[in-house]
Amino acid sequence: MQLDILMIEDEPNIAEAVRFILSREGWQVDLHPDGAGGIEAIQKRRPRLVILDLMLPNRSGAEILCDLRAANDADLAATPVLMLTARGEAAQAGAQADAVLTKPFDNEDLRAMVRRMLA
Amino acid sequence: MPDRPLFLERASFHRRRLGDAARVLPVLAMLLILVPVWWVPSSVSFAAGAVWIFTLWGLLVIAVWALHRALLRAEAATMRASEAVPEADDAASAPVGGGPDAL
Amino acid sequence: MPFESLVATCLAYVVLMFGVAYAADRAAARGHVRWLDHPLVYTLSLSVYCSAWTFYGAVGYASRSGLEFLTIYLGPTIVFTGAWWGLRRLVRVARMHHVTSVADLISARFGKSNQLAGLVTLIAVIASTPYIALQLQSVRLSFEAFATDAPNGAATDGNAFGGTGLWVAAGLALFTILFGTRNLAADERHHGVVTAIALEAIVKLLAFIALGVFVVWGLADGPLDMLDRIARASADPQVAQGWMLQPDRWTALILVSAAAILTLPRMFQVMVVEAADEERLHVAGWAFPAYLFAMSLFVLPIAVMGREMLPASANPDLYVLTLPAAAGQDLLALLVFLGGFSAATSMVVVCAIAVATMVSNHWLVPVWLALRRIPAGDETDDLRGFVLNARRLAILAVMAAGWVYHEASGGTAALAAMGLVAFTGMAQVLPAMVGGLLWRGANRKGAYAGIGTGFVLWMALLFLPSVGIGGALPVPAGTDPWTAAVMLALVLNTLAFIGVSIFGFPDPVERLQGLSFVSAVEPIRHSRMMRGNDRAEPLLAMARRVWGADAALRYFQAEARAQGKSGYLPDLTPRFLTRLERRLAGSIGSATAHAMIDRVAGGVALTVSDLLQVADEAQRAKEETQRLEAARAELVRTAGQLREANDKLTALSVQKDAFLGQISHELRTPMTSVRAFSEILKDPSLTEAERTRFAGIIHDEAGRLTRLLDDLLDLSVLESRRAQLTIGVANLHDLISRALSAASATRPERGFLIDRDLPSEHLAVITDVDRLLQVLINVISNARKYCDAVHPVLIIRVRRPEGGGAVIDIVDNGSGIDSGRQSLIFEKFARLNDPARAGGAGLGLAICREIMLNLGGEISYLPGQGGAAFRIVLPARPPAAAEEARQA
Repeated sequence: MQLDILMIEDEPNIAEAVRFILSREGWQVDLHPDGAGGIEAIQKRRPRLVILDLMLPNRSGAEILCDLRAANDADLAATPVLMLTARGEAAQAGAQADAVLTKPFDNEDLRAMVRRMLA
Repeated sequence: MPDRPLFLERASFHRRRLGDAARVLPVLAMLLILVPVWWVPSSVSFAAGAVWIFTLWGLLVIAVWALHRALLRAEAATMRASEAVPEADDAASAPVGGGPDAL
Repeated sequence: MPFESLVATCLAYVVLMFGVAYAADRAAARGHVRWLDHPLVYTLSLSVYCSAWTFYGAVGYASRSGLEFLTIYLGPTIVFTGAWWGLRRLVRVARMHHVTSVADLISARFGKSNQLAGLVTLIAVIASTPYIALQLQSVRLSFEAFATDAPNGAATDGNAFGGTGLWVAAGLALFTILFGTRNLAADERHHGVVTAIALEAIVKLLAFIALGVFVVWGLADGPLDMLDRIARASADPQVAQGWMLQPDRWTALILVSAAAILTLPRMFQVMVVEAADEERLHVAGWAFPAYLFAMSLFVLPIAVMGREMLPASANPDLYVLTLPAAAGQDLLALLVFLGGFSAATSMVVVCAIAVATMVSNHWLVPVWLALRRIPAGDETDDLRGFVLNARRLAILAVMAAGWVYHEASGGTAALAAMGLVAFTGMAQVLPAMVGGLLWRGANRKGAYAGIGTGFVLWMALLFLPSVGIGGALPVPAGTDPWTAAVMLALVLNTLAFIGVSIFGFPDPVERLQGLSFVSAVEPIRHSRMMRGNDRAEPLLAMARRVWGADAALRYFQAEARAQGKSGYLPDLTPRFLTRLERRLAGSIGSATAHAMIDRVAGGVALTVSDLLQVADEAQRAKEETQRLEAARAELVRTAGQLREANDKLTALSVQKDAFLGQISHELRTPMTSVRAFSEILKDPSLTEAERTRFAGIIHDEAGRLTRLLDDLLDLSVLESRRAQLTIGVANLHDLISRALSAASATRPERGFLIDRDLPSEHLAVITDVDRLLQVLINVISNARKYCDAVHPVLIIRVRRPEGGGAVIDIVDNGSGIDSGRQSLIFEKFARLNDPARAGGAGLGLAICREIMLNLGGEISYLPGQGGAAFRIVLPARPPAAAEEARQA
């Protein structure tokens, strides 16, 4: 069965919160805690949705997104991405993302956004 | 300032001649020490020879002392003059080859 | 005089020498070198030329051969009359290249070839060993003569003298090691040794003059009577035959002793290596000939009086001692004895230092480096320790060889000739040395040919016959065989040197050195000879291995400052590389320094067109006036400062944007967790365990927020210098222990090996103890966080600098911080783009820096220590306290 959501996030507490919220909705959520190897993790797991933190160690979320969109595999390149940012001005960084959610976020907003993107 | 260059020229001229003297002195010393022994060894081998050599030696010490003093003063004078006129010549300090102890 | 009281006198004299040397070294260490550097001290130290061989032997020589003994003093006198343009040049060029010995001079001139230096060292060792033995023997003979001739002497055990040589050799080795190998400074100067030798020179001179005055006015009836007696003595046909001067011998002896004053290892050491600059020759130029004059004026009178008054069986070599003793002047005899003792000991000490420097720099260190085939730059072992130990070993070996030679040869006859044999041996270096200084065409092959020819001929014709192997040169009757041998060796040596030089073609390095030596201009390392600025840190690491960490850092900091840069890493300009190489050469010899720098920074071979360019540069540099030079240096400095300021501003502006973004990020991250989990907690279906866990996370994240705000606030207070300091006194040892245990909570799974020097840590510090502790904890925690070594080691070193306060170095063995980032780590949120960031907001080091500034000290990053290294400098008292003390 295809993985629903792959989350790339280095803050363990945020990751736990997101996973808890989304798991309760019945989605399967996996975590990759580092910018390095992020694109490989997406390639391997083929999730239906990627939740990507902008500020990551070693390789930023924006870079991972660029790599993903530039992938040869058209299916892979089109994977929907939800960008989590802590910054207000991350608009252009998230330009290639399908949706942007600013931290701190409302749990209901997160649920609604994911539900819409997986629909 | 028409006087300046004249003074500078004199100072550096004086210094160069003293430099020549400093080069000649060791040659002269060597000749004075060697030639009598080559020439008349029997008359410089004993008491008279001792008097001759020690007198010569004492004079050499005084000559070197006086020469070094004069050279230091001349250098100071040239330095002062060249401070007044920046384009002082530097040729006198150029190296020269050859000499008695170059053998 | 009783043997025991003689020994006691000697010991007291030796203790005085140790004391003087120690005091002079202390004074020099504190920077009081004014009187140590006085030209008269320099002149007196040159008197090491007058060894025991001349002190005792001159009288014997004079009684056998009349005025011929004067040649030994007249040669140097002629050389010194040319001090103004000859010796000054030699000293200037040698200082310019930080030459450490005569072998090093030859090696540096002829393309920094270590093999050539090794050959010269071989000659020096062969020539010096019997010469040292001669000194030991003279001490033993004077002991025998003095102790047995005295009334109580008969009771003395004959065997006691057998040990004299050994005791003297051991004592001198100890002195030489103590004061000759204290440090490996970039300029090989030994203030303690030089001062002690200057004092010995005075003792020598006073003793000899006192004896002379006693002989001329006490025993004879004034100078005229003395001349009469000389004339009467020479009336004896047998004496007259011995005294008759032979022109060929006279000339050759003067030539050889003139060469000796330039090439004997000990003379080169005191005249060139120990000279701070060439200015002192203005005084030495006349004062040293005057010293020689005074030392030789009374030789002939003493010899004549000895012949008259003492039995025919008395050894003329000991007249200086036996004459006053026979006249009942025991105190005078004792003074003369001490003079002879001084002559022997000063010669042995300086000779041992000079030869040991050559042996360690040109034999031991190159062999050791070659055996280890060290990879470039990053090795951490202590070369300095090895060089110093090699030198100590070499001193022991030189002394031991001298003593063994003394024991083995035993007889006086074999040794008496050794002084001249040593002179003639070292004279073989003269053609290459003088040729190298005056003739640009001289090259390495020529030097090999000349020195090699001279060495072989000297061994065959002079050295081996002197130890009883082989015979004298077969020469036509009427020619002096010794003169023939000396002249043959020197003339063939010179011809080979010139001939091979004419047909040789030197490599670029050698031509560059030749230009520098002959024109006395500073050599410039061509810019193509280096790779890039990233090599500055490996160079610093290398310098550290030679000089020790502090000296290397000081030097690099000074050089960086001269370029207008702050920190410890200067740009690798040709000028800097040249200066660094020459300073290193001052410690380990030019060939080794050149090879080591090339291995780290160099690599591109020179071509002839580069060389021409360099020659042009050198020529231009020479023509530049002092003023232009200074103005340009100022401009370069200003430009450097501006460039650095600009770089820093650019970096800071980027940092500032990042700072705002970072604050936002750092505040939002914990807030996100708090908000998400507090919302989750509203869900009534949570289990009790989940509820507790989530509440805990909220609590932790709230704490993190508080800490971040505290840090920001702390930083802003510190930056405005309004921080309240609570000044107290604490033992640094306790503080470090507390910091270590507090920091051990960071990554407790990492088992760090802590290397501390406990005794040195017990320093009382007056400061804000809690703040200092905060800095220590932060730095140590950082090391625990970031040190990436498999077996992590943390080294903590504490010392008190001269002005008081404390310097704390905290060094780990990880990969350190690359030089590009070293200037940024103390900025706020510097860890922003750090791939290895782990927790924390990146304010720690910024706070540390501000705390240290508030405490009146500083914290800095030390590059080139083999890992991340931080230096915390604490002043004697904090600025506010200092102010109060001033007001009180």
